Amino acid sequence: MRTALLLLLLLAVAALPGSVWPQRSIDAARTADYIAQHPTAGPILDRLGFFEVYASPWFAAIYLLLLVSLLGCVLPRSVQHWKAMRARPPRAPRRLERLSAHASEEVDATPEQVLEAARDALRRRRMRVHSHDDSSVSSEGGYARETGNLVFHIGLVVLIVGFAYGHLFGWKGDVIVPVGQTFANTLTRYDTFSPGPLVDTEELDPFTIRVDRLDARFEENVQAKGQLGMPRDFTAHVTTTASPGAPEKSGTIKVNHPLEMGKGTAFLLGNGYAPTVTVKDAKGTVLYREATPFLAQDNNYKSVGAIKVPGDGSSTRQLGFSGFFLPTATVDEATGPTSIFPDAKNPVLVLTLFEGDLFPEGRPQSVYTLDTAKLTQVKDAKGEPLRIWLEPGQTLQLPGGRGSITFDRVDRFAGLSIRDDPGKWVTLGASLASLLGLVGSVVINRRRVFVRVTPAIDAGRTVVTVGGLAKDDDASMPEVVTEVLAQITQKAGR
Amino acid sequence: MTNETLAGYSNLALYSAMGVLTLAMIAYAVFLARLVPHRERLRDEGAERVEVREAVHVGAGAPAAGGGASARPAADGAGLPAEPLAARKAAGVAGSLTWLGTGLLIASVALRGLSVDRAPLGNMFEFACAATAFALAAYLVWGTRRDLRWLGLFILVPIVLILGAAMTVWYAPAAELLPSLKSYWLAIHVTVATLSVGLFTLGAVLSLLYLWQEHRATNEITGGFMSAFPAGKTLERMAYGVHIIAFPLWTFTLIAGAIWARQAWGSYWNWDPKEVWTFVIWVIYAAYLHARATSGWSRQAANWIAIAGFLAIIANYAIVNVYFVGQHSYSGL
Repeated sequence: MRTALLLLLLLAVAALPGSVWPQRSIDAARTADYIAQHPTAGPILDRLGFFEVYASPWFAAIYLLLLVSLLGCVLPRSVQHWKAMRARPPRAPRRLERLSAHASEEVDATPEQVLEAARDALRRRRMRVHSHDDSSVSSEGGYARETGNLVFHIGLVVLIVGFAYGHLFGWKGDVIVPVGQTFANTLTRYDTFSPGPLVDTEELDPFTIRVDRLDARFEENVQAKGQLGMPRDFTAHVTTTASPGAPEKSGTIKVNHPLEMGKGTAFLLGNGYAPTVTVKDAKGTVLYREATPFLAQDNNYKSVGAIKVPGDGSSTRQLGFSGFFLPTATVDEATGPTSIFPDAKNPVLVLTLFEGDLFPEGRPQSVYTLDTAKLTQVKDAKGEPLRIWLEPGQTLQLPGGRGSITFDRVDRFAGLSIRDDPGKWVTLGASLASLLGLVGSVVINRRRVFVRVTPAIDAGRTVVTVGGLAKDDDASMPEVVTEVLAQITQKAGR
Repeated sequence: MTNETLAGYSNLALYSAMGVLTLAMIAYAVFLARLVPHRERLRDEGAERVEVREAVHVGAGAPAAGGGASARPAADGAGLPAEPLAARKAAGVAGSLTWLGTGLLIASVALRGLSVDRAPLGNMFEFACAATAFALAAYLVWGTRRDLRWLGLFILVPIVLILGAAMTVWYAPAAELLPSLKSYWLAIHVTVATLSVGLFTLGAVLSLLYLWQEHRATNEITGGFMSAFPAGKTLERMAYGVHIIAFPLWTFTLIAGAIWARQAWGSYWNWDPKEVWTFVIWVIYAAYLHARATSGWSRQAANWIAIAGFLAIIANYAIVNVYFVGQHSYSGL
């Protein structure tokens, strides 16, 4: 127990760094930022595992030791408890007066009658009763305390098993689906996908989800300070099929109301804007027409994104637009174009144009930014970098016969996260069992109550003594003893 | 969406509660101030009488001092009551004011809930009001079963401080919730969380008083107002009694929070800072229960662990909510 106690305290201390430093598994970008800002401490902390605390060897060492210590304690105790529950209560001590809780009285009945009354009273308290001799009754009760205690601890072990099972066989994937588009649950369709080590990614359920509409509501009531523009409701209206071609079903996905899709649950964890942009070349051929998601950077959805137009594929004349989408645009004198409200009240695309090789050496890159290593910025007639400011429906002719860009319209996108955790029911069941066991182990008291009879000086009368022994800190033991004595004397007669 | 009139009444009730509870706190201080010198005199006289009686072999009458505040007259027949009338009056006033203040606080919480048409547990301000209301209600209900007037001052000081912080630093105007908070789990998870925080507050006060009482015992300090308090052993047992109710409730908070996290964020455990701290608090109180059951550890060490647990609760509330980046960013600040 002392080991377990030290390990518990150690676990508490070891878990804290993960809340102080950014964690790679939760927010990789913030972690990278932190390391970049702390060139001395960052790499050292990184090597020590402070950015992946819950996957670090030292954290694992503590909880594995705790698990071992837990099993080493609980298993022998379970065996012991199993035996104790079937064993007879121990022989009554010779002198019950020595027990801290005891009471005695003389009754007008024979020792046999008194003992019978005692057995009856103790059985009614649901105690296990046994007489080792003719002058005493031993009883024991409250075994459920230890049962609860063991259930609590075994429940914790099962909980960890469920947690581990979920990590091995569970998966999660995130995907951005603009309104009108359909998502099919295959590996290639995901923007990011993190499977557990034992997941067969070929065996994903082939369901599809089409996002028909996304409703977003923001606080417009200005009366409450700091509340303007706070999100109030997001609802994605979707049409789903269990597999491509199967009958369609309509449904909704809301925050707090995920959609269960067979082996996988769809959560609405993000949203934003996907402006539809058309880029044509000088001859009027459409090179690009897509709803392009822009990622929100702040609470007013100032969003960044990039439009990559490979054109005919020749590496010198590829066009790349990068910049902001502003749902309620305004130009701030200090910080430039920005958005002052999250809803699309005055949507504007603010872009700059680059030309050259969009995908140098085929390196992986973000879809929301341009890799400008092999790109040159396009200048306007005055020699300044070209600034594009487009409202929905507007078209701009690009300088130098590069064609045109049109901002057709803007839709929202749904940031869906699809997840499967096959271990969750094990974890839930185990945690509820643990809770029940815990409650049992604190409200039930393990008690031994002994009754001893001796013939009184007057014939036919008996002195009955009741003694109680509590296994744990039990303030109500004297009351129990008094109650038992009262029940015996009442039954056997004074 | 919010009813500003009701929100205004809610704040009015809160200000009144704050005022009334402050007065109750003063009245409890007066109660102790009047009780303690009287108790000391009683003990000194009792001790003298015992000496006299022993000298003439009449037998010892037990002095009444140090046995906790009791309304019964002293058993040693000195003619002095265990409590002077002035102390009893102060305690009566304090008790009535505490009931009134608690009623006003509960009314304030209820009006806040009605004004925003949801469970009033959406930000730090509302959480603090609900937790203090639970702590006060627990104190008052317990007080109907045993004499807890000696505890009044020590429970009201932290509560008045927390309410003061809630009204100034943590105040958030009545408003609709963020989408992630719109769930019936708000009422389940946060209600039980506030209830257990209220009980942990009570438990921490009792643990501190116990440690103080033990400190007096080991250094043989007599007198002072702690002599009007129950013995260390009784205080320790009371602290344990509160903690073993609060701990399963905190366990439930953790489980309900995990279920809700799965609904709202997609995974029942995300190692979010608030989750980590809730877990750490759970581990610390589990360590307290183990330390108390371990024969090699003293009760004092165990109670220090309980106090560490309460410090973690305060940190979780006042620091993690405001300064740590995570998904529980609902402080409303």
